[in-house]
Amino acid sequence: MYRYDDFDHGMVAARVDEFREQVERRLSGALTEDQFKPLRLMNGLYLQLHAYMYRIAVPYGTMSARQLRKLAHIARTYDRGYGHFTTRQNIQFNWIELKNAPDIMAELASVEMHSIQTSGNCIRNTTSDQYAGAAADEMTDPRPWAELLRQWSTFHPEFSYLPRKFKVAVIASAEDRAAMRLHDIGVEIVRNEAGELGFKVFVGGGMGRTPMVAPLIREFLPAANFISYLEACLRVYNRYGRRDNMFKARIKILVHEIGAAEYARQVEEEWAHVKTLGLDPPAEEFERIAVQFAPPPLDPEAPDELDLGDPDFRVWVDQNIVAHKAKGHAIVTISLKPIGGIPGDCSADQMDLIADLAERYSHDELRVTHAQNLVLPHVAKRDLYTIWQALDAAGLATPNLDLISDIIACPGLDYCALANARSIPVAQKIAERFSSLERQRDVGELKLKISGCINACGHHHAGHIGILGVDKKGEENYQLSFGGSGAEDASVAKIIGPGFSEDGVVDAVEKAVETYQALRDPGERFLDTYRRVGLQPFKEAIYG
Amino acid sequence: MGDALRFRDDEPHEEPAVTLDSFLGQSNATAVRLESDEDARLLLPYLDRLALVEVAFPTFRDGRGYSAASILREAGYKGELRAQGDVLVDQIAHMRRCGFDSFAPEAPLDMAAVERALTRYPARYQPAADGTAPIWARRRG
Repeated sequence: MYRYDDFDHGMVAARVDEFREQVERRLSGALTEDQFKPLRLMNGLYLQLHAYMYRIAVPYGTMSARQLRKLAHIARTYDRGYGHFTTRQNIQFNWIELKNAPDIMAELASVEMHSIQTSGNCIRNTTSDQYAGAAADEMTDPRPWAELLRQWSTFHPEFSYLPRKFKVAVIASAEDRAAMRLHDIGVEIVRNEAGELGFKVFVGGGMGRTPMVAPLIREFLPAANFISYLEACLRVYNRYGRRDNMFKARIKILVHEIGAAEYARQVEEEWAHVKTLGLDPPAEEFERIAVQFAPPPLDPEAPDELDLGDPDFRVWVDQNIVAHKAKGHAIVTISLKPIGGIPGDCSADQMDLIADLAERYSHDELRVTHAQNLVLPHVAKRDLYTIWQALDAAGLATPNLDLISDIIACPGLDYCALANARSIPVAQKIAERFSSLERQRDVGELKLKISGCINACGHHHAGHIGILGVDKKGEENYQLSFGGSGAEDASVAKIIGPGFSEDGVVDAVEKAVETYQALRDPGERFLDTYRRVGLQPFKEAIYG
Repeated sequence: MGDALRFRDDEPHEEPAVTLDSFLGQSNATAVRLESDEDARLLLPYLDRLALVEVAFPTFRDGRGYSAASILREAGYKGELRAQGDVLVDQIAHMRRCGFDSFAPEAPLDMAAVERALTRYPARYQPAADGTAPIWARRRG
């Protein structure tokens, strides 16, 4: 993975120094809260319901054991012994004191991590495929391009006060595991007919109160022009994105209002000028980054056979293991969704354990997924049983990847200052209702996603089943929607009818699942059946 | 209004800045003020005779002025480029990078803090209008 050189270290160290001074000026009163707010946000610090929340970037979801151990240390020393992995492949700590934030930032810098631009109206952490570099179906590793973006976007002088936040995702597989088309810019690495590497560029996707799947803006962008083209995309947005209404300020609104073709035309016009400015790093810089993502030295003799004699192990292998590109190897997803737990939460002790396993069995690499799980990307199959035993003993071997209890949920009203309703208890009740693994496996792939407010951090628009918590005359109320997808068949879920109480929505989900089981054709997922038969049979079962 | 802050050796321009509309409607003005929603590219035919462009920052959160400044510098504008309005210590380093070389803040600036902000970062990740070599170029010596 990417290692900082002296330049990278120097930049992060300067950021710590700068933020320390800004915090001092805030504490002395030299900065008003209004002036301080965007500064702390651009360093990942939010003021939540009970305390400051600190969001730390995990660039494109890749981490080393040393980095995860540092997060465990931060959890123990500055927080309450746990952290929360987010849908943006980041980690959040919920109980931080402002005066400690610069020290935590310095701790992060010591392991080549930071919280730069994890919030604020700027370019956020670039996300990617959690199986990058390991997936059997990828064309190339997308992470070197994401790292190139990280450096270009860090402290970008022109794009630090955009109309609104800006999120970019980069993938390199036909299967989209990163919800790429639900980002402000989604990039898919492809080859053209001549075999040259380049990008399909999608602009204007997003969730929030106006969910949109990003339209294609450019069919093929040559690799050498990656940065200058994105600069043009951002400049058009910075100049013409709406600033009169923060709810209409995301780039998706601009692209929607002027149309994808007109936006693309403006970008081309701007790019014709911008690409002459020398913004694109030379190929050698890309190579310098790319070699650091070279595949680890996997054992070419690693045996492909696996002893599946232990039935519990077998279930876990069936559910949580996916194919690695190298023979005798596998990709392991560590579920952070135990039945009744808080989706994405991980204790300091669990982090230490996972760090040990990554170091010993996964070439010192870990990934965070946008579905709030962790991944050991490079595991020899012969080590799977040992890993499973260690995970199982720590409550980390729930075999539920992509099943109904593998729920994405935002922190909701239990923590978040923006929330209208709680998300976590709904997730817990649904997982408990479907606690039988046999039943979950019979239902099959079902992506259920819960947000506690319209900002949609829990990706409810992209859920096969989505749940949105709202405040209805002082009562928490939950709207149910079906048919969303964050994958390569991206779509926005549709609300099915009047909302429910907390218990009511759990019942409604169960009726929807039963309806699907009654109607499905062989091999169909919930999403497929819903798309085939439409809303009506589900509506009748739920409201009838 | 706070004291003006200037990073130029020439004499400050005395002519008051006129609005974009009146600038475009008269042939001899040499100083113009751009509001944050006005298009800097309308000035490109007149860069040779412009001595001062003042760009308004009605609030520090309005980042359009950064693009306006970059566009003018990229087109070769050499005159004074002034950020006026809600100009604060923590934005000045970015403004300098986009080509602003004078500042007319509404509230006085702590000059020691400005000095620290301008000298804090040892390098820059991306090229910008200030001409600083980016880190990727410096990595190759």
